[in-house]
Amino acid sequence: MEILIPVLICLGIAAICAIILTITSHFFSVKTDEKEAAIRDCLAGANCGACGYSGCDGYAKALADGSCTKTNLCTPGGDAVSKQVSEILGVEAEEVEKVVAYISCNGNCNAVKSRYEYIGYKSCRIANMNYSGDKMCTYACLGHGDCAKVCPQGAISVESGVAVVDPEKCIGCGLCVKTCPKGMVKLINADAKFRVACSNRDKGIITKKVCSNGCIGCGLCKKNGPAEAITLDNNLAVIDQTKCEGCGKCAMACPVKCIR
Amino acid sequence: MYKELILILMGGVLVNNYVLQQFLGICPFLGVSKKFDQASGMGIAVTFVMLLATAATYPIYTLVLEPMGLGYLQTIVFILVIATLVQFVEIMLKRFIPALFQALGVYLPLITTNCAVLGVTLNNITDGYSFLQSIISSLGVGIGFWLAMVLFAGVRSKISATAPTKAFQGLPVTLIAASIVAMSFYGFAGIVENLLA
Repeated sequence: MEILIPVLICLGIAAICAIILTITSHFFSVKTDEKEAAIRDCLAGANCGACGYSGCDGYAKALADGSCTKTNLCTPGGDAVSKQVSEILGVEAEEVEKVVAYISCNGNCNAVKSRYEYIGYKSCRIANMNYSGDKMCTYACLGHGDCAKVCPQGAISVESGVAVVDPEKCIGCGLCVKTCPKGMVKLINADAKFRVACSNRDKGIITKKVCSNGCIGCGLCKKNGPAEAITLDNNLAVIDQTKCEGCGKCAMACPVKCIR
Repeated sequence: MYKELILILMGGVLVNNYVLQQFLGICPFLGVSKKFDQASGMGIAVTFVMLLATAATYPIYTLVLEPMGLGYLQTIVFILVIATLVQFVEIMLKRFIPALFQALGVYLPLITTNCAVLGVTLNNITDGYSFLQSIISSLGVGIGFWLAMVLFAGVRSKISATAPTKAFQGLPVTLIAASIVAMSFYGFAGIVENLLA
């Protein structure tokens, strides 16, 4: 009998707690938007932030309450997710432009000269603090793989001192773009046929001194290729992917073969 | 009277710091201390819940458990009451003060069965405090928790910029740093007793 009283008291307190919680959750709970939960379920769930919101939850909330009308911002999900989201919201689907990260540098160990021997911690961010890194070209990929570390898909590898993106694995989240201390990782259309593998904006004669693969801004690509697709921006060739037709004349003309 | 309350408050903040001296609430201390904002938010949320938990459990102990000679049930009953209380507060905040919920909401479920919260309510009973003293004590402990979180968030931001040996990366170096911070708090031992003397 002695054990009965404590058991009953415990049960009584538990019952009171349960009743209080049931009543409060019934009367005071906030109705969550069904739409929001449904949208959240069909998003890719990588929480990568490519849409520009804090994460998948943030994007779902913005879509559900109408503050964002674009259904095609989820690059990892691609067209399939855009379609599902549009169905839930009852609007027409917009196509997702599939983008992949591209490291616009080909200054590998053979091409670019070394300024000093860097023996510090293997991090581009830290190496960049020491006189913009050990490579003579201050625009070059430092090759310590900070981008590879943040890549959620493991799509980036470092080959002979330069990071390389595997376009098959890349989901276009842009985390590497934000991480690179040189700011030379770019998101470009996945269908792009030719890209400029250099970010050096110095004059040709200076570029030539530091790297044998660097764009010298000679403009031969512009002269030989379709002029409207290529521009020279501060001694660096830039290809407008919307106008590029993939004829390949620019790549043939390039004397340093940095268009590929 | 006031002197005694101040002593209890300062004792909770510095001398008997729950995280650094009594090793309660280590889980959020290591888990949520990566960024200053989060650490501060967690500290405030814990302080808030500690105050509420003490206000709820003290009457239950003195009015229900003690008269019936069931003091030994305090741990199990307190867990029950605190868990309910946190859920209740979470629902209420979400409904009536959404701004505060935005700030504290994500931390509340983590605190539901936090041992520091349970510890402060149990210790208040053990120390024989009155109701007012209990409230002041849990306020002090909460501030102490917040202080430890914020201090350690600063330490961790420094650690993140360094490159320890591979074997020490991550949790090991964090624990070593935590022990050094804890050691620094031993310097406060004996200060509070003589604070107002």
